[in-house]
Amino acid sequence: MSRRTRDALVGYALLVPSAVIFVWFFFYPLVRLFVMGLHQQNRTGTAERYVGWSRFGDVLTGEQFTEGLRISATYVLYTVPLGLVLGVLLAVAANRRLKGIKVFQTIFSSTIASSVAVASVVFFVLLNPQIGYFSSVKFFSLSDPDTALRGVALSSVWQNLGLTFVIVLAGLQAIPDEVDEAATLDGYGPVRRFFRVTLPLISPTLMFLAVVLVIFALQAFAQADILTQGGPVGATETLVFKIFRSQQPIDQGTGSIMALGLFGITLLVSLAQFLLLERRVHYGN
Amino acid sequence: MSEVAFDGVTKRFGEVTAVDQLTLDIADGEFMVLLGPSGCGKTTALRMIAGLETVTEGTLRIGDRVVNDVEAKDRDIAMVFQSYALYPHMTVARNIESPLVARRFHVDADAPPRKLTAAERSERVDQAARSLGLTDLMGRKPAALSGGQRQRVALARAIVARPSAFLMDEPLSNLDAKLRAQTRIELVELHERLATTFVYVTHDQVEAMTMADRIAVLNEGRLQQVGPPQAVYERPHNLFVARFIGSPPMNTVPGTVVRTDTGVAVQLGGQRIDLDPVAHEPLADGTEVVIGVRPEHLAVDPDGQVKAQVRAVEWLGHERLVVCDLAEHHITVRQSSGAEPVAPGDVLALTADPAHVHLFDPNTTERLN
Ligand SMILES: Nc1ncnc2c1ncn2[C@@H]1O[C@H](COP(=O)(O)OP(=O)(O)OP(=O)(O)O)[C@@H](O)[C@H]1O
Ligand SMILES: [Mg+2]
Repeated sequence: MSRRTRDALVGYALLVPSAVIFVWFFFYPLVRLFVMGLHQQNRTGTAERYVGWSRFGDVLTGEQFTEGLRISATYVLYTVPLGLVLGVLLAVAANRRLKGIKVFQTIFSSTIASSVAVASVVFFVLLNPQIGYFSSVKFFSLSDPDTALRGVALSSVWQNLGLTFVIVLAGLQAIPDEVDEAATLDGYGPVRRFFRVTLPLISPTLMFLAVVLVIFALQAFAQADILTQGGPVGATETLVFKIFRSQQPIDQGTGSIMALGLFGITLLVSLAQFLLLERRVHYGN
Repeated sequence: MSEVAFDGVTKRFGEVTAVDQLTLDIADGEFMVLLGPSGCGKTTALRMIAGLETVTEGTLRIGDRVVNDVEAKDRDIAMVFQSYALYPHMTVARNIESPLVARRFHVDADAPPRKLTAAERSERVDQAARSLGLTDLMGRKPAALSGGQRQRVALARAIVARPSAFLMDEPLSNLDAKLRAQTRIELVELHERLATTFVYVTHDQVEAMTMADRIAVLNEGRLQQVGPPQAVYERPHNLFVARFIGSPPMNTVPGTVVRTDTGVAVQLGGQRIDLDPVAHEPLADGTEVVIGVRPEHLAVDPDGQVKAQVRAVEWLGHERLVVCDLAEHHITVRQSSGAEPVAPGDVLALTADPAHVHLFDPNTTERLN
């Protein structure tokens, strides 16, 4: 056996564990979703027959899917821009050489260490219509169908802020000091420097974060489940929420098709990311 | 166009004193080189002029304005960084245009300064680019340029706003030897053309000697000597300058002054070097000194008083360096390569040109003659 073949075999052997996990937990379930989408159960859920692609169109244009998608899209609009702006503001504020700045950097990034459940419970205490500290603030009241999604979004923004902050801060710190100083000597004040130099240089970072946050938002479920259980009157039933609701022993097809729809949308967003990143300038000397 | 004046300027970073009580007047239109070894505070001094570092003590003037509290963006100064610090996301044209965007300029006589129009900006950019041969590169981004081209873009960006002074921090250190030699000449020409104050930082004495109107030699944050290159070379004020400037460095050997009826000499171990009696008048018999003679001021001479044994010969083509042992020190003699060949082990009789013998106080290291 030549050296090359042996190296290749060792390489493949090392890939086996992750390949097994990928196939078992990601690829197989995806195939199962298609299979379930192509079959229909009988009333007792004891037998199924092949119905082909016939239901895909109905489900993906149906009330459940489109309404879930509308709510999820709104949720994206509520969480992503606000999250990015807050993350950039915090990171710019914390990106300076001051004594004790590490303390602030640690505080600002601390939400990374909290789970969705923790964030939701915190906001449950803050926003709960009966006991919440901010229950009187109408703008994101959880008891009003028109504003409940904002309350849920708020908890999500807070929870993702640590991640956004850390990544933007890393992006800012990758900008050479001298480039910033050159901008100062070119006569730029802080605002112009930010928009002409800092922002363009961290734009690849922001693009990456935007995609990650969009995907997070499209997958949002636990926040809504804990804070509002999807209510009031379904106003916070995100797409994942609808998928979860529609999955029943006698109807596994509808939920599967909706899940595939969400998968397709996420895939498109990721593709868009790749295309945009391809076009991005390659920095570095 | 402005003069730059340090008056007792000190810069401390916590415990570290980077620049110590610097007093230095840089004349309007002068090409001043700050020269010194790594860590001597050259960059810090330059950054204080730019306003990128605050002044801990003392006053710093640019023109007739004390600038200690003037923000960097309001100082009307351009700087070429060692890394060039080009904006990676902008084309060459936009990089060069950058200093014209935010500032106001005196364009119309009697009118207050105003921002330039896009047409005026692009005219100035074209002019700067043309003078540095960048016209064909205007659409490229810095990543697609060679080191030399980037350096030119940095220069073009510096000259485009016609600032009152140019600061340069080792701008040639990332270029290869050939390009460096060529750029040195271009910088001198640029200085003549612009007739503006240049403050240029380097640790390379060749750059300093070839370009400067005056050199300021720094060591450990302190100014050692200021003067035209030739003066600094010919009359170093102390041992540091004597040893730092010149390649190979000046030979320095400790000895004792002896006065006799016939004249003054320095005793080195068992040997003597006669000194010029008039120039060394004030030195008392028995004074401890360090004698310094540059390699080119030592010559092999059958009548020479000093005997030294050859250790090694370095042949450099146009000249050769003969390293000898003298009173337990190594000294170097510079000879043209046509001189009579010598070999290790030979004992040479040497004379030192009395007009070029330097004497230093071994304690204060200051010049004595
Ligand atoms: N921001 C800073 N914080 C602390 N110390 C500093 C800082 N900048 C410079 N120093 C110190 O000040 C001294 C002078 O530094 P400076 O950069 O001016 O040296 P330099 O002469 O430019 O050296 P080089 O030739 O290596 O660039 C050094 O001891 C350096 O460690
Ligand atoms: Mg330096």
